Amino acid sequence: MALRSFKGGVHPYEGKELSKDKPVVRLEPSSELVFPLSQHIGAPAKAVVNVGDTVLRGQVLAEANGFVSAPVISSVSGTVKAIEKRRSCTGSMVESIVISNDNMDSCVSFNEISFEEALKLDRETIIKKISDAGIVGMGGAGFPTHVKLSPKDPDKIEYIIVNCAECEPYLTSDYRTMLEKTDKLYLGLKLLVSLFKNAKGVFAIEDNKRDCISLLSEKCVDDNISVCPLLTKYPQGGERQLIHAVTGRDINSKMLPADAGCIVDNVSTVCAIYDAVVLGKPLMDRFFTVSGDNVVNPQNYEIRIGMSFRDILEASGGEIDKAQKWISGGPMMGFSMFDLDVPTTKTTGAFLSFKEDEASIYDATACINCGRCVNACPENLVPSRLSKFFENKVKDEFEKWYGLECIECGSCTYVCPAKRPLAQEIKTFKHQILAEKKKQKEIGRGN
Amino acid sequence: MNDLIHVTSSPHVREKMDTRKIMLCVIISLLPATFFGIYNFGVKALLIIFLSIFTSVLSEWVFDRITYRKNTIGDLSAVVTGLLLGLNLPHTVSWFIPVLGSIFAIFIVKMLFGGLGQNFMNPALGARCFLVLSFASQMTTFTYDGVTGATPLTQIKQGETVNTIDMLLGTCGGTIGETSALCLLIGGIFLILMGIISLRIPATYIITLVLFMGAFGPKGFDGTYLLQQVFGGGLMIGAFFMATDYVTCPITPKGQIVYGIILGVLTGVFRVFGQTAEGVSYAIIFTNCLVPLIEKFTIPKAFGINTVKEEH
Repeated sequence: MALRSFKGGVHPYEGKELSKDKPVVRLEPSSELVFPLSQHIGAPAKAVVNVGDTVLRGQVLAEANGFVSAPVISSVSGTVKAIEKRRSCTGSMVESIVISNDNMDSCVSFNEISFEEALKLDRETIIKKISDAGIVGMGGAGFPTHVKLSPKDPDKIEYIIVNCAECEPYLTSDYRTMLEKTDKLYLGLKLLVSLFKNAKGVFAIEDNKRDCISLLSEKCVDDNISVCPLLTKYPQGGERQLIHAVTGRDINSKMLPADAGCIVDNVSTVCAIYDAVVLGKPLMDRFFTVSGDNVVNPQNYEIRIGMSFRDILEASGGEIDKAQKWISGGPMMGFSMFDLDVPTTKTTGAFLSFKEDEASIYDATACINCGRCVNACPENLVPSRLSKFFENKVKDEFEKWYGLECIECGSCTYVCPAKRPLAQEIKTFKHQILAEKKKQKEIGRGN
Repeated sequence: MNDLIHVTSSPHVREKMDTRKIMLCVIISLLPATFFGIYNFGVKALLIIFLSIFTSVLSEWVFDRITYRKNTIGDLSAVVTGLLLGLNLPHTVSWFIPVLGSIFAIFIVKMLFGGLGQNFMNPALGARCFLVLSFASQMTTFTYDGVTGATPLTQIKQGETVNTIDMLLGTCGGTIGETSALCLLIGGIFLILMGIISLRIPATYIITLVLFMGAFGPKGFDGTYLLQQVFGGGLMIGAFFMATDYVTCPITPKGQIVYGIILGVLTGVFRVFGQTAEGVSYAIIFTNCLVPLIEKFTIPKAFGINTVKEEH
């Protein structure tokens, strides 16, 4: 069978063998956990606890502040030590709630129902449960899931795609989720499909995860859920690329997946939905990969959200040598870190430590116009030109050459033989232009 | 410095391929034609190629020195320019021709425009055209096996018959590197397999030329004649190694096809209606100048940009 894919893309070294065959280990929570109020796209949550309060595992620490927002839930029991600005894994300072863990793990009572009962619940109740559980896109974007599940016209949704591509090198937490939580994942999708009259469910899996493909294929025998094997290529898990591979429909930056009749959710998100609706458990834990050539035990862990990267690294056995690069997330789109005393959030799925920083080995030289970036770009752009437009600050040309369509996947920088920071320049310029447009729009409104 | 944590913007990994390796691949792909040229024309050919490469590299080094630029000879692009220029000269020229040509190629065509990546014209071809205009008799006198005679294409134009197999193998008169279509084809296929060039430019160029020669040429769609047009002159070296020069060809995929078609038509016009039997060099040089225009009209549509958003 021909594997589905998209045009362009790159094949970076996968590095998944480091951690893929190691079953997930539960990590005991550390003594202090930090919960940033902004772990999602949209308005930051509003704290509902005060310093000194006693909190339980599963208790709401901060509630959603608007429709596009999500509550923050405590993953341990203990007392609120502080509510202050703390550094986040991207380096910015974010208002956070600090909990001192009492190691009792006293939980709020979770209201568990059977799957059959859950299927009988009405749409609003299910979405309310998902919203109250604080579930956001756990693949990295952090878009509140209940918003995704509330499109303007639910009848137009034809595909619920579970993003099982995990195209980022080194990451294996989605892979382990598929192997270890197969039932949860399958039932979670079944639940989602039941929300939309015309929808069918699809597990979109890269074919470097053959065992997951066969495992999930066995599950989906006689219903409207299927497995779609995809070619192993980065960025196969990019939302627009995934929709194209599965449905053949194309969307651009001004559209939502719903415009193509699709809803795309990450593997962990779908499992979290099952937990929330059936087990009544809010989002408190997640799977997390610790890998890279500089960690003693590359491994997958089940962590409490809010633990610091340092605690997780130390629990995993620490580093071999002095690291030159720390990355939160994957090497293609993750953030490089300079401080490990920052909390994990709902969207952080990996920590990588490298002895050497590959990105600083080479110096940028002149562009030779080879066109490798054009072949690699999954959005069909001409990155080398766009980066020149940035250097010369010509915005209209940048837009004319569709610079605003960039998905920031980094494929162009990865392939560039002249080692030019193409993606970095394009990203910068894109954000500048978008910010200016937003500002102009606001000024326009003011008049 | 290395004790510190590096903080950079993503992506954090890089492919191993770099400019130097690409240039090395181009050099390797030209080796069959180079060795055949030396075998075919003798040691004098080796001297010409050596002088040409040596002067190119030296010129770039000198230019970098006197303009206080970072030394760029390590990227091997000057070697490629020198090699291509050497292969485009007859083996009978005086020693100063490759030297002068290389200096012109590097100083005037390449470095004065800003060095690698900035020149709008292929340096080796620019230099060849400069030499043909300045030293016409030396540059257009071809000797093979001690006999001075016309190149196969000129012979065909004059109505003589030539052996197609000789043209394929390269055992005939011409510049050092252009005679053996077979060796050049091997090099071209190597470049395509290595992913250094795509088939777009060479294929559209050759196909367009064949169609043009068939439609407007003196012999119509005559198999032998068309095959000789493909094997003869600078077409093979031009289509695979000169027209595909990254810097001077369009970067947009559609633009590359347009570029190939223009090249084919121009070469055909020069060969059918021009005074000489050749035309590849001038066609490429001329089309190089059209590249910005071609790119302007062939901006690729971004992914999903044609999808119309449904109004809800």
